[in-house]
Amino acid sequence: MQPSETEVAIAAESWTTEQAIANLQQTNDPSTRYYAAWWLGRFRVRDDRGLDALIEALSDTIDRSPGGGYPLRRNAAKALGKLGDLRAVPALIDSLTCSDYYVRESAAQALESLGDPRAIPGLLALLEGGVEAAVRVPGKPHLVQPYDAILEALGALNATEAIEPVRPFLDHDVPRVRFAAARALYQLTGDEQYGDRLITALRSPELQLRRAALMDVGAIGYLKAVTPVAETLAENSLKLIALKGILEHHLAQIDDLDEAAIDIMTQMDKLL
Amino acid sequence: MTLDSLLADVDQADSAVSLLMAVRSLAQTRDSQAIPKLIEVLGFNNPGAAVAAVQGLVTLGEPAVAPLLKHLDGYNYGARAWAIRALAEIGDPRALDVLLNAAGDFALSVRRAAARGLGRIQWQDLEPSQREEGQRRVLERLLATTTDPEWVVRYAAIVGLESLAKSLDKTKIQQQIEPCLQQLHREDEEAAIRGRSQWAQQQLNQAGTIP
Repeated sequence: MQPSETEVAIAAESWTTEQAIANLQQTNDPSTRYYAAWWLGRFRVRDDRGLDALIEALSDTIDRSPGGGYPLRRNAAKALGKLGDLRAVPALIDSLTCSDYYVRESAAQALESLGDPRAIPGLLALLEGGVEAAVRVPGKPHLVQPYDAILEALGALNATEAIEPVRPFLDHDVPRVRFAAARALYQLTGDEQYGDRLITALRSPELQLRRAALMDVGAIGYLKAVTPVAETLAENSLKLIALKGILEHHLAQIDDLDEAAIDIMTQMDKLL
Repeated sequence: MTLDSLLADVDQADSAVSLLMAVRSLAQTRDSQAIPKLIEVLGFNNPGAAVAAVQGLVTLGEPAVAPLLKHLDGYNYGARAWAIRALAEIGDPRALDVLLNAAGDFALSVRRAAARGLGRIQWQDLEPSQREEGQRRVLERLLATTTDPEWVVRYAAIVGLESLAKSLDKTKIQQQIEPCLQQLHREDEEAAIRGRSQWAQQQLNQAGTIP
């Protein structure tokens, strides 16, 4: 974030809901509009005018980055993911075909958190061409599609029709994409071989990959990962988030505390 | 290996792994002359090495307390969190004021480590005349910390309250700690917090039934 952006963000902290909505509805000042979209998501403002303005912002054409991106659309998609209102789903599905990679990524992540299966065909369409098509964009720090976000969303949405299209991504050359495929396939099949790949990933030589694997085992609540999480070399904060994910996933399946729940909490206590 | 060469290994480590190995070897000497270097490692922004340094400091125990308190890093919250963790683990009452302050730090990793540490103060090492006052301050601080906006700090406060309860009399536990745990168990928005407070209640009840 640029220093000037930080200043705007701090100023935005003191807005009221009314101001934020008005700032999103106006079109004269793109940077204020950009932060208004972020603000409505950050403070989870549930207001029909805010929702309508965010959905409209998904087709904004005014706010453009030098590279041709749509900064406002990215923020609007992120905010809509946080608001939890399914009326945003059709517009977010449309955003999956936006020319801006980061809009597609934010839309896929938002659709994952909204949990609406209507998003599945649009997400699957982005996997077309399979691994062969999943190459890096020349000169850009990313692949042609936000594959990790797409795969994670398909797993979270329980898209069993995605099992076959997802499977080849286990062998993609980008580790993050491989992890996302393993994570999705574990959710879609319950087969431990996929969860175990993430346990192996917790022993990656690179800290960044261990961090990513921590978030993955937490997101899918992989019970077998408790000890590997506690033992991997990474920040305690991330290990605690991962163990919290596993604990909560487990607590949702049991009526009273059991040995496994107590074991997870014992490990968490030691990491505080 | 002499202490000097082990100290030099830490300074000359050129990768995360070699630093970790060097810190482990240094910690294993259990030599109090290693204390300043182990404290320095807490500021290296290397979680593996910091864990090893904390373990080394905790094993050394009492002699590490004064240097840890003296060198608490006011500017690097990562280093501060590790130092607070070491003090929390040792439980020396000289750290009481520092831990009470740290429970209100702006960095959540510091608040979390302090909340756990407040429950681990070794009260028998404190003048009997100061014990009750110290326990009262810790109890108040931990009860307040159970309303922290960050789930992990509330979690640590529960862990702290559970350990503190073992040093308090039954009336105080029943009047102040149990209602707080019950409320967290019923009302907290995070399932992990509800689960941890339930477990704390179970453990306190079990402890109560043993004569």
